[in-house]
Amino acid sequence: MGGTTAFWYASRATGIVALLLLTAVLVLGILVNRQGRLPGLPRFAVTSLHRNISLLAVAFIAVHVLTAVLDTYVRIPLVSGVIPFASGYERLWLGLGAISFDLMLAMIITSLIRGHLNRILWRAIHLLAYLCWPVAFAHSIGSSRDLQHGWMLDLAVACALVVVAAAGWRLASAARQLPRAARVAAILAQHAPHGPHGSRQAHERISR
Amino acid sequence: MTMAPVNETVNEAGNETAHETVNEATGGAIRPSAAGLPRLLPLIPGVPEDLRGHLARYGRPPYRGGPGHLIQAVEQAGLTGRGGAAFPVHRKLAIVARARGRKVIVANGAESEPASHKDALLLRAAPNLVLDGLQLAAEAIGASEAYLYLHPGASPEVLRALNQRAAVGLDWLGVTIAEAPPRFLAGQESALVNRLGGGPAVPTFVPPRVTERGLGGAPTLVQNVETLAHLALIARYGPRWFRALGTAREPGSMLATVHTSDISQVVEAEIGAPLRTLVNPEGAQAVLVGGYHGTWLPVGTVSTLTLGNQALSQHGAAVGAGVIAALPADRCGLAEAARVVRYLAAESAGQCGPCLNGLPRMAAALAELAGQGHRRQVRADLERWAGLVTGRGACNHPDGTARFVRSALTVFAPEIGRHARGHCSATNRRPFLPLPDSMPISEEDWI
Amino acid sequence: MADTLRVNPINCSGHGVCAELLPELVALDEWGYPILDPHPVPPSLDLEARRAVAACPTLALKLARQ
Repeated sequence: MGGTTAFWYASRATGIVALLLLTAVLVLGILVNRQGRLPGLPRFAVTSLHRNISLLAVAFIAVHVLTAVLDTYVRIPLVSGVIPFASGYERLWLGLGAISFDLMLAMIITSLIRGHLNRILWRAIHLLAYLCWPVAFAHSIGSSRDLQHGWMLDLAVACALVVVAAAGWRLASAARQLPRAARVAAILAQHAPHGPHGSRQAHERISR
Repeated sequence: MTMAPVNETVNEAGNETAHETVNEATGGAIRPSAAGLPRLLPLIPGVPEDLRGHLARYGRPPYRGGPGHLIQAVEQAGLTGRGGAAFPVHRKLAIVARARGRKVIVANGAESEPASHKDALLLRAAPNLVLDGLQLAAEAIGASEAYLYLHPGASPEVLRALNQRAAVGLDWLGVTIAEAPPRFLAGQESALVNRLGGGPAVPTFVPPRVTERGLGGAPTLVQNVETLAHLALIARYGPRWFRALGTAREPGSMLATVHTSDISQVVEAEIGAPLRTLVNPEGAQAVLVGGYHGTWLPVGTVSTLTLGNQALSQHGAAVGAGVIAALPADRCGLAEAARVVRYLAAESAGQCGPCLNGLPRMAAALAELAGQGHRRQVRADLERWAGLVTGRGACNHPDGTARFVRSALTVFAPEIGRHARGHCSATNRRPFLPLPDSMPISEEDWI
Repeated sequence: MADTLRVNPINCSGHGVCAELLPELVALDEWGYPILDPHPVPPSLDLEARRAVAACPTLALKLARQ
């Protein structure tokens, strides 16, 4: 059941765009952490895009919430954008949306004041991204008829597959990574000379 | 300097024999002669000290009755740290004494330098001097917590001394013994504080210095055990007595670990003593001064150099951990250097990119030089890496390693040439410089 | 205002963003880690330096007074 006003359309549209943007932010975040690069772009583009697109996503979500509130077909209180389960309409699914938005705000605010924050605390909050995205996804599927069939469903599923693949790659990379105490031993072993006539060293550049 | 406190102490312990010993042995001033060595080491080597003997020789620690008083005496005495950095002790004391709130003091007995045995010997032979110094320094800065940081298996003499002192109420502040892992960096100031705080013994980024924010955020004074022993004597006999030995810029005496082909031993020497009185240059091809972060010098310098930073710095060397090793002429200097640098590389905390990448490569390159027929690029690589790692880590480990490497390349240059042509002048393959057996592999090795 | 570039080598993981944004003052060694110009940052580069500090993904790059 949905309204036919422009506000309702705007809310649905900004919602799906926000989901796409959040998918991009998560993938970019993983790229930053793993020092990956986007082809043809300088390194600072990855960090810049990650930060800027996250702010863009927040803007889209703000519009997404506002337009849903302004639409008069159903009553959605403004606070339900940030206070979970405060809406009478679709209490559960909108509640998940609020939770995910709260997590996003926490990540962004802590990143803005990062210099004054304990490193471990910042990282712990930033890791909530892996909770934030699935909750946003659940909100999207559960609260919108659009996303439950047709090309929009395909789009949403594609985003989910991208996130799962990226997160899986991130986990595998972490599993491969040597703990600090073992790195030195590994590099020493790699550069040990072979044979009595000196070494033919591999000139690999090992970064941590 | 007064007899009475010593007598009182002995009476409290209720021991007649000790009382007689005091009267017989001294009969006059206990103060050792100004020109005299040893100051730290026992008068009769090999005789284990106990509290009675210590009190008979020195008396009770002269507590001042409040923080701050001792610092001026230490400043006038010109005492510098004996842990390797030679930092003026009074400045560190003053910084911590000035701070408000909780303060911590740590006696650093984690002598991680494999070639240095002076701290271990001092803790065995004169633990009470060290513990006196710890208490006096703690009073001077107003510490509320005191630690003694030791490698595992540290001398039972220290524990016994602590118990004996506790029994007669000699210590105003309780001392907690903390264990240091057997790592080269374990005695580094920020690594020590990291370990005491429950983390691994790896350095942390400075600033803030531990004297500003150390253990649990409190200003922390870390002093080498030998430094504290000197401080304990300055507190008793004053700055003028301390300055009766040594030079004007570097007063006092110091402990040094001397290695020759015949023997390795700890000696106490006046700063400024000619090196040739400590080590015989005959039969040696080069001298390593300072330790494994120190500098190789040509053997000819032994006849001209004195033990002190002023003289040594003109040759790019420093007293450091007080190690003087005269490499016998029948060994291969390159092989020795390669072994040490491999050890230093393995002991990197692995936290900083330049150190983690540079040190193992330097170790491999030196091993190649120590082999037969190295590639021409190797020397240039070594020089470049030594430059790349210096000043780019969180601690001085890469800098010290680079210094060791560069001086080895200079002093053993002729040998490098020989090896390039497939020859080696050494006739003795036995390792000379001491190194521990095991290499750290996992996180547990740092705790 | 005489700030100097400093890096916390423990936090630095060799991303190299600083060298891209401030090539006048930051070079990368053969392993990807920053080599910083030890002199105070010239006023003409002050803004770029602050951008580089803000852009560091691990906040390892800092501007230190004197």
